[in-house]
Amino acid sequence: MHHVIIGAGPAGVVAAEHIRRLDADAKISIIGDEPEPPYSRMAIPYFLIKQIDEKGTHLRKGADHFAGLGIDLVQDRVATVDAAGKQLSLAGGGSVAFDRLLIATGSSPATPPVPGVESQGVYNCWTLEDARNIVSLCQPGNRVVLMGAGFIGCIILEALASSGVDLTVVEMENRMVPRMMNEASGGLIKAWCEHKGVRVHTSTKVEAIEASGGALNVVLSNAETAGADMVISATGVRSNIGFLEGSGIDTDHGILVDTHLETSQPGIYAAGDVCQGKDFSTGEYSVQAIQPTAADHGRIAASNMAGMSQVHQGSVNMNVLDTMGLISSSFGMWMGVDGGESTELNDPGGFKYLNLQFADDLLVGASSLGLTDNVGVLRGLIQSRTRLGEWKDRLIQDPTRIMEAYLARTQAVGFNAYVV
Amino acid sequence: MLRALKLEPEKCTGCLQCEMACSYENEGVFNPSKSRIKVFMFHDTGRFAPYTCTQCDEAWCMHACPVEAIVVNETTGAKEVLEDTCVGCKVCTIACPFGTVNYNSASGKVVKCDLCGGDPWCAKACPTGAITYVDGDHTGLDRMRAWAQRSQPVEASFNTPASKDVSSYQRA
Repeated sequence: MHHVIIGAGPAGVVAAEHIRRLDADAKISIIGDEPEPPYSRMAIPYFLIKQIDEKGTHLRKGADHFAGLGIDLVQDRVATVDAAGKQLSLAGGGSVAFDRLLIATGSSPATPPVPGVESQGVYNCWTLEDARNIVSLCQPGNRVVLMGAGFIGCIILEALASSGVDLTVVEMENRMVPRMMNEASGGLIKAWCEHKGVRVHTSTKVEAIEASGGALNVVLSNAETAGADMVISATGVRSNIGFLEGSGIDTDHGILVDTHLETSQPGIYAAGDVCQGKDFSTGEYSVQAIQPTAADHGRIAASNMAGMSQVHQGSVNMNVLDTMGLISSSFGMWMGVDGGESTELNDPGGFKYLNLQFADDLLVGASSLGLTDNVGVLRGLIQSRTRLGEWKDRLIQDPTRIMEAYLARTQAVGFNAYVV
Repeated sequence: MLRALKLEPEKCTGCLQCEMACSYENEGVFNPSKSRIKVFMFHDTGRFAPYTCTQCDEAWCMHACPVEAIVVNETTGAKEVLEDTCVGCKVCTIACPFGTVNYNSASGKVVKCDLCGGDPWCAKACPTGAITYVDGDHTGLDRMRAWAQRSQPVEASFNTPASKDVSSYQRA
């Protein structure tokens, strides 16, 4: 049995290792198109601030980790998938036959429809190669315009600001991290960044990027123009599905899968950023593009590939973000649900914010800012669908009592703990 | 045989000796805010609940880590954070559904209970036996069974508490 995995990111690597755990004899290959050993994009911000070297970004640290597990790493790009013939053709020539295929090709930065976005001096921040370019260009005094204040834009702000560049952030929406934070908390992140000396334009579009001499002029919709030595484009990511055209594998925003993460073609699975998998909260299928979901997908797809049927119950969409030291997180339906109730703690002076969203007496979503203790329990309460009972009202009074609510509703904390 | 922390909230008096011992053993200071075990307070009912990582088999934190910085200690079964490898991305802190992996902004890394390498100081410091370090098979079955059956109210033979709010809950 030959298991072939396209993509050497977390989903692909977790899947390969899990297949090996379940089947000692299978042949396993990972095909990745980047020259580096498998690495984590999550670690790039820490590479940018020089907290870690390149090796620190690697998913697995042992030099012979993959060889030791009998997992072949192939550096090439898959050009086409022949689903019926169970064959891949490679950009470097040649082909690979498979019995089971996992597509874990991840995502790539979206290119915003801005005239001049292809100009020299406009960079993405996605790969290690991008990170090396940014490190070399972030010299003190250089002017940098960051297009997009989403997750990626915010998480590299610390690195950009600490390198001494003159930094301007431009975000189309009315707040920072609009897909994780509401107006109150997104606004606090903006205030925090401005307090740290970063210029932030929200509700502002980049109209055009024009070359001027050796530098760039970034024309903004608020009639201002920002000069820049470098523009970093961080306007979201898109699933890498282009190479599947004509393969018979159904796609939408990502690859369409069933609850076993199998695609429309039998024996072919998808995982991670490229997979339009089930969302725990909505029950709908969407691309989440987050690390924990990639790991979930990788493990479940691997079980199914190895013949151990496992159903994906849906992943909770969640994220945690460090914007220049201000930490925020969001979980599930953080924006609330129709007919639901909510509560919030808002301490703008202390840069603290906590918002809980309920449906009936279930916690269905949450977002937090400046509060990091025990935040994982928000995921636990959402995913375990723990009935909060009278604790819902207590949380509405004081949303910080999330751990107490969890313990009181799930653990034997009662009179004599009911152990008689 | 792997051992595990057995937590019995009904024996806890909220003295916080466990938090003092944990922070001193692991951080070198007597500072409950740096403890990996926490006593959660229910002042309105006079209850206390010590809680920390259960070293769960699912190991959500370990699987979510993008850089292999959380590993199993094969001797104790604890999931341990390798401080040199942790980059501080905090994904494990949202992945752990029990809320027991926390970010330490001073070190820029995450911290969690590692069972003190097999000799947990919280258990040694607990004066009432609310925290004990016992054979892993003996930590929870009676408690789980009692908890699962709690919807049939148990007649208390002494000092019946005023309200058992948990057992009176009716599912819609």
